[in-house]
Amino acid sequence: MRRIVLLITVGLFLLGSAIPAGAQQTEGESLKGTLRQSDDEHTLVSGVIITVSAGGELIGSDVSDENGVWEIGLPEPGFYEIEISVDMLPEGVSLTDPEKTVLENVEVRPGQHKTVIFPFGEVATTDRGPLERFLNLCVKGLTFGVIVALASIGLSLIFGITGLVNFAHGELVTFGAIAAWFFNASGAGPGLHLVLAVLPALVLAGALGAALETGLFRPLRRRHAGTIPLIVVSIGLSLFLRHIYLLFMGGAPRAYDQYALQVEHSFGPVSMPPKDLVIVLLGLAVLGVVGLVIRYTRWGTAMRAVADNKDLAEASGIDVEQVVLRTWVLGTALAGLGGVFYGITQTVRWNMGFVLLLTIFAAVILGGIGTAFGAVVGGILIGITTEASTFWIPVELKFAVALGVLILVLLIRPQGIFGLKERVG
Amino acid sequence: MDLGSVFQDAMREAVGVRAAAYALAAVGLNVHFGYTGLLNFGHVGFMMVGAYGTAMTVEHGGPFWLGLLVGVLAAVALGLLLGLPTLRLRADYLAIVTIAVAEILRLTARSNVLEPFTRGVFGITNFADSFYAVNPFSPGRYHVWGTWSYDERTIWVMMVGWSAVIIISLLLLMLMRSPWGRVLRSIREDEDAARSLGKNVFSYKLQSLVLGGVIGAFAGMLLAFDTQAVNPDTYLPILTFYAYAVVILGGPGRIMSPIVGAVIFWFLLEFTDGGLRGAVDAGWFGGILDGAGIGAVRFALVGLGLMLLMIFRPQGIFGNKEEVLLDER
Repeated sequence: MRRIVLLITVGLFLLGSAIPAGAQQTEGESLKGTLRQSDDEHTLVSGVIITVSAGGELIGSDVSDENGVWEIGLPEPGFYEIEISVDMLPEGVSLTDPEKTVLENVEVRPGQHKTVIFPFGEVATTDRGPLERFLNLCVKGLTFGVIVALASIGLSLIFGITGLVNFAHGELVTFGAIAAWFFNASGAGPGLHLVLAVLPALVLAGALGAALETGLFRPLRRRHAGTIPLIVVSIGLSLFLRHIYLLFMGGAPRAYDQYALQVEHSFGPVSMPPKDLVIVLLGLAVLGVVGLVIRYTRWGTAMRAVADNKDLAEASGIDVEQVVLRTWVLGTALAGLGGVFYGITQTVRWNMGFVLLLTIFAAVILGGIGTAFGAVVGGILIGITTEASTFWIPVELKFAVALGVLILVLLIRPQGIFGLKERVG
Repeated sequence: MDLGSVFQDAMREAVGVRAAAYALAAVGLNVHFGYTGLLNFGHVGFMMVGAYGTAMTVEHGGPFWLGLLVGVLAAVALGLLLGLPTLRLRADYLAIVTIAVAEILRLTARSNVLEPFTRGVFGITNFADSFYAVNPFSPGRYHVWGTWSYDERTIWVMMVGWSAVIIISLLLLMLMRSPWGRVLRSIREDEDAARSLGKNVFSYKLQSLVLGGVIGAFAGMLLAFDTQAVNPDTYLPILTFYAYAVVILGGPGRIMSPIVGAVIFWFLLEFTDGGLRGAVDAGWFGGILDGAGIGAVRFALVGLGLMLLMIFRPQGIFGNKEEVLLDER
């Protein structure tokens, strides 16, 4: 779980929000912000006074409204100091750096409505040594890695047996998370406890996989659709599903009713919230079972046979369509479980899967596309790499690191760690 | 609901600046996808380096013409950077790498580390003053029909945009009829056959990638001049997929397809948008759909359209069924 970081921010991630609206028409300048916990609308901070001054002279002040929004108009472009009254903050909310109540020398350019962010949260991370900090990042990365691994298996297996590179796989991850949210926390749902809500969510996710296979991809395969048209179809599907989700649940991030906020527990040098530990253990157990199924059951053997040579498998009496269908169900259910876990560590958003998609690709290609074991190892490695890389580089670039790894692998060893060389064209 | 004004608004967009820019982007993508069969999913990256090349040069004191040059050179560099390592790989790997590189570019541009150069999440504004300084249109509103009108700035960008689309399309038409163009198409049809005739497939693919990328950079510049702003979060992967929708709508591998595709694409987008908005205002959906939902509906429709087109009419409006088939050859 991320540290319980509280941010005073606006939705910087919303498309284009930072473009000064119609730069040439806008008159005047202002400073503004929204006081809230990142990604979570439930913790909007209202009733806090923000003061702006220039060279010791008071320019203006504003109180954050019930949406946490404040804005202060400015007389001219220039440099300003912004102060927040910490003593008015609600209980349990404090600045990351308690000394830093004033932001100095904030530059406002002509016509700009500048957004200001005050970082809030627990101070815990600052007094750790570098080794401890690194260890904690690795543990955090392990949690993320298990989630990526769960999400990746389906993509990799489906590619292995049908040759489909499914750009809509991210949406399958989102589907599980949203379905669980529906059964757990939505107003229209039954309000089940999250542990119970996961079960119908995974059944639904598996059903979606079966529907996509029988309704869309099997007919296309029968028509011998080529790789490139199939990829374009999956892109269309991704766009379609994603915006149906947006329509269904809106753009705001949602939290599950349980496990949303937890206090970190210390385990020796590392500390994490208990839910992260549960996710890692449960995720690894599920991955282990899947590995055993693929390795030892008849169905697993059949699946590997189909992946190896479809025609030979069919000739030996394996019902290929059945194997493909089951793989879709398994793959989407696992992706859905990954989505639920991701929703627990972060929040549930309509585009969470699409954001994760490139990381999933990185994991799958690193491990060797087409192999389940490769996807798991690749996922965990990518997870740890992205999180641990924030030890050296800014957090905002951590996804770029995953993508950099992806490109490096393709350059050096395109078949991945466990892939066979013949798979690369 | 006033269908007339919905139609007029839709027409305004259908031939407007964004349609021109999308047409230009689609022309570039058509070179990749339509003619050469390259699955470039990072086209938005080319648009971004074009726009940022210009904006950053001007922002840091360079003249405007140098900015244009930097934008083009950046696109060439990106094309080489993308192509050299990946064009030997399979089509799906190229797709993944291109989309990844475009995302890396976007994430890097919005990071704090590069804020002195790129202005981070705030982007760069007001860099195209030189472009508007040579605007030959006198201030005022230019009416076409009803609410279908433009101001003098928009009509200037539109004129430049559509001229660029037409000139580049004509040049491409000649190029694609030359032996060079025939080799590109033969690579799309059967790479091994082209190779067995002694053609350096890799080199042709690289040239195609760079050429289409530079055209994409022009499209990015056009979009940026229109708003006088570049911002990293404009350049999301979805922009690439719009360009795909435009190309496939018109028909891959045809000169006219990006132009017709872009006009129809924007008309449909704006018409459904305006129509839905009118219907919501008239209370037809009884509160199920609100203003925010309309945006989602239109994106979902783009996705659905892309899927259905690819399945049922992959040759689009103009394409040749012999050349563009869903089946693997």
